[in-house]
Amino acid sequence: MSELAETMALSRRTLLKASVLAGGGLMLSATIPGIGKAATGGKPATLNAFVTIAPDGTITIVGKNPEIGQGIKTMLPMLVAEELDADWSKVAIVQGDSDAKKYGPQLAGGSFATPMNWIPMRQVGAAGRQMLLEAAAKDMGTAVSSLKTEKGHVIEPETGRSMSYGQLASLAATMPVPDPNTIKLKDAKDFAIIGRKIGGIDSPKIVHGQPIFGLDTKLPGMVYAAYERSPVFGAKFVSADLAAAKAQPGIIDAFAIQGSGGPEQLVDGVAVISKNWWLANKARSKLEVQWDNGEWASHSTKGYDEQAKAFMASGKPAESLNKKGDSAAAFASAAKVVDAQYHYPFLAHVPMEPMNCTAQWHSKTGTMELWAPSQTPNGGQTTVAKMLGVPEDKVIVHITRSGGGFGRRLINDFMHQAAAIAKKMPDTPVQLVWSREDDIRSDHYRPAGWHRLRAALDANGKLTGIEDHFVTFDLGSNAFNPATMPKDHFPYAFVPNASYGQTMMKTAVPMGALRAPTSNALSFVFQSFLDEVAHEAGTDLPTLLLALIDGAKAEPAQQGFFGKQPGFDPDRMRNVITKAVAMSNWSHASLPQGHALGFGYYYSHLGHFAEVAEVSVSKSGQASVHNVWVAGDVGSTIINPFGALNQVNGAVIDGIGQALSLAVELDKGAVVNSNFHNYPVPRMPVVPAIHVEFVPSDNAPTGLGEPALPPVIPAVTNAVFAATGKRVRTLPMDRAFLATA
Amino acid sequence: MVKLTINGETRALDVPDEMPLLWALRDELGMVGTKFGCGVGLCGACTVHVDGVATRSCSAPVGTLAGKKISTIEHLGETPLGKALQKAWLDVDVMQCGYCQAGQLMTASALLAKNPNPSQAEVDSAMQGNICRCACYGRIREAIQVAAKEGATTHV
Repeated sequence: MSELAETMALSRRTLLKASVLAGGGLMLSATIPGIGKAATGGKPATLNAFVTIAPDGTITIVGKNPEIGQGIKTMLPMLVAEELDADWSKVAIVQGDSDAKKYGPQLAGGSFATPMNWIPMRQVGAAGRQMLLEAAAKDMGTAVSSLKTEKGHVIEPETGRSMSYGQLASLAATMPVPDPNTIKLKDAKDFAIIGRKIGGIDSPKIVHGQPIFGLDTKLPGMVYAAYERSPVFGAKFVSADLAAAKAQPGIIDAFAIQGSGGPEQLVDGVAVISKNWWLANKARSKLEVQWDNGEWASHSTKGYDEQAKAFMASGKPAESLNKKGDSAAAFASAAKVVDAQYHYPFLAHVPMEPMNCTAQWHSKTGTMELWAPSQTPNGGQTTVAKMLGVPEDKVIVHITRSGGGFGRRLINDFMHQAAAIAKKMPDTPVQLVWSREDDIRSDHYRPAGWHRLRAALDANGKLTGIEDHFVTFDLGSNAFNPATMPKDHFPYAFVPNASYGQTMMKTAVPMGALRAPTSNALSFVFQSFLDEVAHEAGTDLPTLLLALIDGAKAEPAQQGFFGKQPGFDPDRMRNVITKAVAMSNWSHASLPQGHALGFGYYYSHLGHFAEVAEVSVSKSGQASVHNVWVAGDVGSTIINPFGALNQVNGAVIDGIGQALSLAVELDKGAVVNSNFHNYPVPRMPVVPAIHVEFVPSDNAPTGLGEPALPPVIPAVTNAVFAATGKRVRTLPMDRAFLATA
Repeated sequence: MVKLTINGETRALDVPDEMPLLWALRDELGMVGTKFGCGVGLCGACTVHVDGVATRSCSAPVGTLAGKKISTIEHLGETPLGKALQKAWLDVDVMQCGYCQAGQLMTASALLAKNPNPSQAEVDSAMQGNICRCACYGRIREAIQVAAKEGATTHV
């Protein structure tokens, strides 16, 4: 069975209900059990879709997942509309509130939404189309087999008779509901909407400056809140001069809030309230808060670096992660040993829309109402209810559009703060807004990490052994711990003798997932190190990678977040590597003086990507990226080429920024960076020409928010080595190290 | 009391002179199209026009703006150039999250008003103060060129 068929098999039990809309028209609601078991702790979740067709022909589809710029609010309805044969210009999309019971998990993260919804959303559309056909057949007094559908109409080609979906909707609602699980879906060759370049559904509002983001929420009588927290992570509130803040112009109130549930929920702080956020934020400077910093005020990135280097020098990881063969023997008999230490820093997410949340405590009903730009609104609903000690149905979360996410909004600390503040101001809507400084200094950072890698090569240059000593942080047993590595990280399975181990350090720095979590760091480490190995073996990285997987078979499908998902497939890896090598004219490229190519490959979030970067380095040590060639396999279909290419281009530039310039520094227990001058994300002049080609395969399509990012980082650092002979083993690149004048 | 001319209308505001225009627009006048991104003039999300010049409203105290003509994203579609840019933005499908795009459009329209046919280097130079964290830069470049071509044929 192909992977595509396996994914289809999961959604065998889709249930469909049809009803007549008040005022005429058709409403379809689908319940799709058996999806997302992992997300609900073993219980089959329901994944509901709601589609209505009004008598005027307008088709309304509920967009249930949060839109953070990944294009989901446009893409999911495209799947329904395709099988429905809708007229896309008549499709309206409304954002659903947070309600996991109704919609199933509503999550923007992990590039999951595409594979989870690929089949069920189409089944809903196909079932709707079937009912419209039945209705038309009845009305026209003809057979369904003599009818076809096109752009929101049922047509009888023989007679030229035509009825619009709007005309048919009420009658269609009384037709028998087909079993969506046996309904035939379209062949890819007949797609009219899937595969078309379709612009973002909310973009027309955005170019006119209409309110749509969380921060645009306006409620009658709304006030604004700024929240002062300790610069030092893990500190406790002692005292503040609340009177001084309250004496400032325009200040309505100032009060301390006691934290609970750790940094993912509510940290100690002081709220300042005003009718204007700027006034509230300004008054923070008068608070003179005293904090008890505890044991964490001595922590610094420099300290962590020294500690990690000492661990790596010891040569003995505190614990083994994975072991096979006899790596000691491989190293003892090696003709050549490559031994290198790699390091990547803490990173912040810095989405353009600062963290914010609007909250209102309705005292009469005991209900907390929230307007939140969150990637995990269901989780926020649950934990805010717990914090407030109210049942979950007494917390209403309206999902707003998010001005970027990148993983930052998987953590709902801002929701808890807004709720805690609003609880103290009953029946007054409060909008909490973080400054950019709050954002950079109160993030849940991409963990820093250190690796000492060793490789044993035999006399023929063959890789016979590999060892990794990973130094990371002890983050306890979070559901998702971003400071970990897969214990069989490539090339573990393809080297006869291997040993991976790790040592952990204590910290109070909060950490979380950043776009392509773990992969964004491990790609740099392993693909750079393998480039070193290739160089020592007298070959190049693509050749080494292809040799490693030579003759290997695909791993079986395994249970993943949204059900069965394909295992690692060396053929798909080979295809994208071969493609990127050809696209970039890898071995025969004639390049301008001082330019060189570098290669990187990575498999993450079910997407295979191989990328080649063309880089030059100035005398002052500034690296410039001129071209990037990208070959990606994300399954059978590119659903919306507009969104897909935008995601790939953005991921590539994001990765280049991480390679060239980004690091969060900690000193005296607090983050030193404060704004975009010392956290310099890429700007327009940095952007190279990016050439993208997709390599289709027989797999359900997967999301594109993440998998294009990881390989560009080693492609750039490996190109720097090719251009300068200097091996970049620490990110971001050090200009002084690369300078020649 | 400060009097400002915003999108052709006179608005009276009872706020301190040093309040940045951004917060007068957003929290006093409810005009939320202009976005808060960094608060210190580093990201360009809050860009408006002051007498036709692209200006960071987060760093422009209202007390310095009396008698000047302020124009915001809500007004962009009122000019042929603004309309052409909005159309190009949609045709090229520039945006991902879209949060920075009001600022990008305001900077782009100030550029094209002064230089109707910019080179890529001129576009990069004019636009480098505007951060797009989703990095839609390639499409911003493209959309500006599309709007510029449109302008060349319709004499906007």
